[in-house]
Amino acid sequence: MVGIVIVSHSAKVAEGIVELAAEMAADNGHIIAAGGLSDGGIGTDPLRIQAAIEQADTGDGVAVLADIGSSIMSAETAIEFLEGSGIRVRIADAPVLEGAVSACAASAGGTSLDEVIAAAEEARGFSKLA
Amino acid sequence: MASHIYECIEKIGQSIIDNRGFLTELDREIGDADHGINMARGFGEVLAQLPADNEDIGAALKKTGMVLLSKVGGASGPLYGTACLEAAKVCAGRTALTAEDGKTVFAAVIAGIQKRGKAVRGEKTMLDAIIPASEAYAAAVDAGAPVDACLDAMCEAAKEGAEYTASIRATKGRASYLGDRSIGHKDPGAASSLLAMEAIRSYVKGA
Ligand SMILES: Nc1ncnc2c1ncn2[C@@H]1O[C@H](COP(=O)(O)OP(=O)(O)OP(=O)(O)O)[C@@H](O)[C@H]1O
Ligand SMILES: [Mg+2]
Repeated sequence: MVGIVIVSHSAKVAEGIVELAAEMAADNGHIIAAGGLSDGGIGTDPLRIQAAIEQADTGDGVAVLADIGSSIMSAETAIEFLEGSGIRVRIADAPVLEGAVSACAASAGGTSLDEVIAAAEEARGFSKLA
Repeated sequence: MASHIYECIEKIGQSIIDNRGFLTELDREIGDADHGINMARGFGEVLAQLPADNEDIGAALKKTGMVLLSKVGGASGPLYGTACLEAAKVCAGRTALTAEDGKTVFAAVIAGIQKRGKAVRGEKTMLDAIIPASEAYAAAVDAGAPVDACLDAMCEAAKEGAEYTASIRATKGRASYLGDRSIGHKDPGAASSLLAMEAIRSYVKGA
């Protein structure tokens, strides 16, 4: 099953998104929060993201959903540190909450990493009022 | 006795920590008011974790880079962190640097920041202080100027570059959300880069 990592500047946001998204999956063991700093502060930490990716991977790869600003830079740094580890990681270009819910639903259906990323990125276009 | 590289990094860290309020105020104008807090947290941790007696410049820069990367928390963490890691590679095993080596270090720093942030000159970032500083420094070294004069040229250009950021619009980082409203305010990252370069100059001149 494709693992999912939620990156946010806030630990609470990341944990909250994991809580919501996990409802879409029977097995929620592979959705990992990587929010905030190790001292509890607001921010992003490439080493925490790296550890979360390692934890989320079961061999099928990991999709990363990230919030604003340095989240992407920190996730890219983490992915660089994982080069040579054999773990396949992709960042979804998607809104973090909606993307996470779609990614979880796709991952629970047993799809590939590329399909999970595509599902997350589709969430960009969903209209909430239509 | 503390190594040269430790003392130099300590001087940079101390200046950043002393100026945390100033850097945070700059970031309040065009960002999220945390640049000084971020940088002071990062350098506080660097000074706590860096072994004081290790003479190996590459090892010290690598440690500094890893700590900044993980502890700063904002965009400046991966940016300065990657800059230090790239600089560490060109300084591996070295216990002293020549004026000529400074050019190589600058090139590595700029490559690291650009690899991570994909910005170019003129986007109202730290690069607007660092790139002109690097050019002025290299020109002075190539002209055969004494080290002190090379470092003066570096700081002068960094200062001008940091001032120049006030006149342009941000197209990278949080300040880019403000569009034209970012004009008129100096970039916090350019200001912290200037502080770092001034600290290096004052360390070399005092040593
Ligand atoms: N892509 C980039 N390339 C180069 N420098 C950048 C880039 N993005 C931001 N910066 C620099 O980083 C500085 C801001 O650092 P700071 O520590 O405040 O991070 P931040 O923007 O608050 O991060 P976050 O995105 O996590 O909120 C800016 O003033 C700018 O100099
Ligand atoms: Mg900021």
